[in-house]
Amino acid sequence: MGGGFRRVYPENRPDHGGINKDEGLGESGARRPHVASLQQFGGLLESKRVYLHLLVNPYSCAINFAFRYIKRIGWQNQMKGSGMSSENKINTSMIDDLESGPWPSFVKDLKSLATKKPAVGQLLGQLNQSYEDRWNYWQGTVLNVDGYGGGVIARYSELAEKYPDIAQFHTIRIIPPAGWVYSTATLRELCDIWEKHSAGIIQLHGMTGDILLLGSDNKSTFDAAEELMEHGWDLGGSGAALRTLACCVGQARCEMALIDTMAIQTHITNTYISELHRPEFPYKYKFKISGCANDCACAMQRSDMPIIGTWRGPMQIDQAEVGKFVDGHGADFVIDNVITRCPTNCISLKDNQIEVDDDNCVRCMHCINVMHKALKPGKDRGATILIGGKRTLKIGDTMSSVLVPFMKLQTEEDWEKLTDLVERIWEFWGEHALEHERVGEFINRIGLGAFLDGVGLEPHPEMITAPRSNPYIKFEELAPGMLEGESGHDPAVVNEEVESMESTNS
Amino acid sequence: MSFELNGATYETDEDGYLLNLDQWSKEVADYLAAEEDVEMTEAHWEVINFLREYYEEYKIAPMIRILTKAIGKKLGKEKGNTKYLYELYPGGPAKQACKIAGLPKPTGCV
Repeated sequence: MGGGFRRVYPENRPDHGGINKDEGLGESGARRPHVASLQQFGGLLESKRVYLHLLVNPYSCAINFAFRYIKRIGWQNQMKGSGMSSENKINTSMIDDLESGPWPSFVKDLKSLATKKPAVGQLLGQLNQSYEDRWNYWQGTVLNVDGYGGGVIARYSELAEKYPDIAQFHTIRIIPPAGWVYSTATLRELCDIWEKHSAGIIQLHGMTGDILLLGSDNKSTFDAAEELMEHGWDLGGSGAALRTLACCVGQARCEMALIDTMAIQTHITNTYISELHRPEFPYKYKFKISGCANDCACAMQRSDMPIIGTWRGPMQIDQAEVGKFVDGHGADFVIDNVITRCPTNCISLKDNQIEVDDDNCVRCMHCINVMHKALKPGKDRGATILIGGKRTLKIGDTMSSVLVPFMKLQTEEDWEKLTDLVERIWEFWGEHALEHERVGEFINRIGLGAFLDGVGLEPHPEMITAPRSNPYIKFEELAPGMLEGESGHDPAVVNEEVESMESTNS
Repeated sequence: MSFELNGATYETDEDGYLLNLDQWSKEVADYLAAEEDVEMTEAHWEVINFLREYYEEYKIAPMIRILTKAIGKKLGKEKGNTKYLYELYPGGPAKQACKIAGLPKPTGCV
């Protein structure tokens, strides 16, 4: 299959004989300790019909669920008589270690699913072989559902002769509801549809934020997509398109949320559903929305355009509660865990009272998280719009930086201001970016100044990503003396006006 | 793989894209369109013609953005969007229209 995109590590190709099979054995288990199932929670979540297994990834705060839909009574009997337990058919020696330990195990999950779906056993077999050969046997290509330019991630196995049931093992991306709130009936319906058409693996939720349905072939992908759409689901984004949005639970369940993340996500999804389904950008474009700077959606690291709740003006302080907190925890605790951890040293404790220098507060949320009864965000709330987070492609990983320091996002008119800005960015980036160039890389290439000109924004001190840190700074008044070996000068004071202007565009 | 049409043999790759791009003709396009269940109308031909003109000039298929803008300029703004193109070619302008236009298979990761 031509046209696929793949890694090439010639020295490791199995047919080049460049593999030392003894090297690194046993490491495979240690590499992914966070990917596994909460088997021990199975009893809590199990209903008559459904097993829910949670896959928890503590590092990214993303919650993944793997579903199985197996009748409990038949399960253990099937396990005994299945190809999985006989071990001579499917070799899983390289990944068996991942079943041990107190943490969840995807191997355990998939093995039990394999008793019902032979394809899943073969999937584990190929994974095992990949670990042995250090080679990825998946080939990627394009598969379109009619009228859609994305939403299906097609994967063909290079070992189809050995593992015929996973010759085609595609993934469908489905747009989840904002905030990932489902009824159990909805989840059952999703399980039913997916079990009928595929290997039955569901991931809630992928890094993209989508519901990922794994294991359909060329035909069943279309059948499943059709049935899913009949039940009101829609395909998510893939390729050079607007990607499925993700947000934190926001005001639905969190008192910290400063914006209605779920409403904003729904609004952007509905407004740009065409851009989501039909790729037309230089490369992917992601929004992620967090209600406050705690950033539970990890918007800053993993989206091109994070929208993060913040406030203007003074923080709300309830001094009576501050007094109670200090009495309860002791002044040492408050100083060690709140005062000294303020990144801009703008908070102080005097006579059991908190004082905040609001002009220097960067709204990081730390003090509010610790003293959440005593301290609250200010009343004038809105969002900071950032730009440019991404993983490595043309340049290395970047975090987003501020584009609009503060924007009200309460009414539909406010949202219009946001979508207006988004469209100007898409227009300018779409017109001038290279192929496969994320917006962060585009800004890196042309410079922030040119980008701001292009999208019609004024430069702002908040846009500085990092204060200047290179050592080649001229200290004119010090230089001659230093060169002659003279010492003992006071450190030079940086000329603030000049330096901050220069670093704006660096 | 290959197919025969009016006595001539046309080599294709495993997805049905013409290997020898010089062999393309309107009849071949009609044949390929029928294979894809696409009924060719005037609107379909507008897209195909643009794709071929662009390819002849630049030796590369146009980016989707260029295609939508060109179609919008020619046929009116309401048609200059991807939705219109996907209505004509449900399999996608990059994949399906390029195939019928006799252009090489689009590459790159999804």
